[in-house]
Amino acid sequence: MNRVVITGMGIYSCLGKNLEEVRQSLYDGRSGIIFDPARKEMGFRSALTAFLEEPDLKKELSRAQRVYMPQQAKFAYVATVEALRNAHIDQDYLDNNIVGLLYGNDSSADPVVAAVDKMREKKDTTLCGAGAIFQSMNSTVTMNLDCIFKLKGINLTVSGACASGSHAIGLGALLIQNGLQDMVVCGGAQEVNPFSIGSFDGISAFSTRENEPTKASRPFDRDRDGLVPGGGAATVILESYENAVRRGAPIIGEVLGYGFSANGDHISSPNVDGPIRSLQMALQRAGVDRREIGYINAHATSTHVGDTNEAKAIYSVFGDQKTEVTSTKSQTGHEMWMAGASEVIYSMLMMKNDFIAANLNFENPDEDSAKLLIPSKRVEKHFDTFLSNSFGFGGTNATLIVRNM
Amino acid sequence: MTKEELILKANEVLAEEFEVEESVITPDADIKATLQLDSLSLVDMVALIEETFGVKLKGTDVSSVKTFGALYDFIYERL
Repeated sequence: MNRVVITGMGIYSCLGKNLEEVRQSLYDGRSGIIFDPARKEMGFRSALTAFLEEPDLKKELSRAQRVYMPQQAKFAYVATVEALRNAHIDQDYLDNNIVGLLYGNDSSADPVVAAVDKMREKKDTTLCGAGAIFQSMNSTVTMNLDCIFKLKGINLTVSGACASGSHAIGLGALLIQNGLQDMVVCGGAQEVNPFSIGSFDGISAFSTRENEPTKASRPFDRDRDGLVPGGGAATVILESYENAVRRGAPIIGEVLGYGFSANGDHISSPNVDGPIRSLQMALQRAGVDRREIGYINAHATSTHVGDTNEAKAIYSVFGDQKTEVTSTKSQTGHEMWMAGASEVIYSMLMMKNDFIAANLNFENPDEDSAKLLIPSKRVEKHFDTFLSNSFGFGGTNATLIVRNM
Repeated sequence: MTKEELILKANEVLAEEFEVEESVITPDADIKATLQLDSLSLVDMVALIEETFGVKLKGTDVSSVKTFGALYDFIYERL
């Protein structure tokens, strides 16, 4: 089995447009959440959202390249450019090697709505334009990135709800471990617009603490009242250790373990058993003792049942071992299809810079979160191994364990 | 709309959408070569003309209208 290492990262999120800005935001405990009046006018129960600008790629990409890209593909492009640059990979390398692409994405609502509106109004499908079909498909991120960067390995979108980004990294690691790919560009992307999450708002999943946007996402806190939607994109470059050494790449981490499971239960309510099995599988495959885990990046989205059940699962596996557990969603909101990938990067940035970002708004624990070590203030700490959870609708679970290199 | 107004409007919207200088759009210039259109972006040009002038180019029209001059004439005759 090949060892799988991380040689590059890139991110575009509400915490910053590159790794350095995001590192600073994590360190400072800055929230990326705002109140969006337009959503209120659209009938949203909660107008809270993460805020990030859509990148202007006019100078970097031709019209023919941009016209097929919805918002989340643009986020993913920016993140991938940064990741490739940090991994010391240029176009010549991509042209002369088989590089794969696995990216998490599970919706592209905005282009679908725009095309349907046009069809209903004009009754003429030509007026949808040439870009609409390519922007509308779930695989829009991978099809766009693959054509822009001329990648020739696996080209696949992973749609695993809010665990999409984690599964993309985990599956990329499996392909490399088994010698099927030397390098895979992995990540997760999430569109940020009202149409993509209006129906999510409709099931009362979002926090309505609209008078205090930065206090609305409060994972594990007793008074949490729902999640805040976010988004952006995050890319990591995975490759075999041998390949990285051969080309003199900067090796910054190693993917030790990927655990996964399904709950086989309710479509929206998570349970405890499924996440436990995901955690245990990741630990077993990583071959590490749980006491080696120096930080746990929780999935915790700030929903009542989700955070409670994750706290129970973590306690079940880790017991009274006092490893810091935080949810970076307290700063970013829930980045959904992107979250598994972005949270690996957030954790990597903390690991590389010897701190654990505060779990914002953790003011009072509940019965289950009280059993965990959840810092509400930033902790200055060196650690060399972290575990990151991602759980999604339909009961899909993923856990990644990454070691410092 | 006069023919001159039509030409000005057509050049303006085509140059903006396909990101070329208006100066390269001349009556004798080849549309596909000038705007760098492939089979997909040709659809965008057809949609743009329809949205702007309410004139639809069908499949056979697209293959016969090769220059901007021919396009101006095609639109003008159907306004």
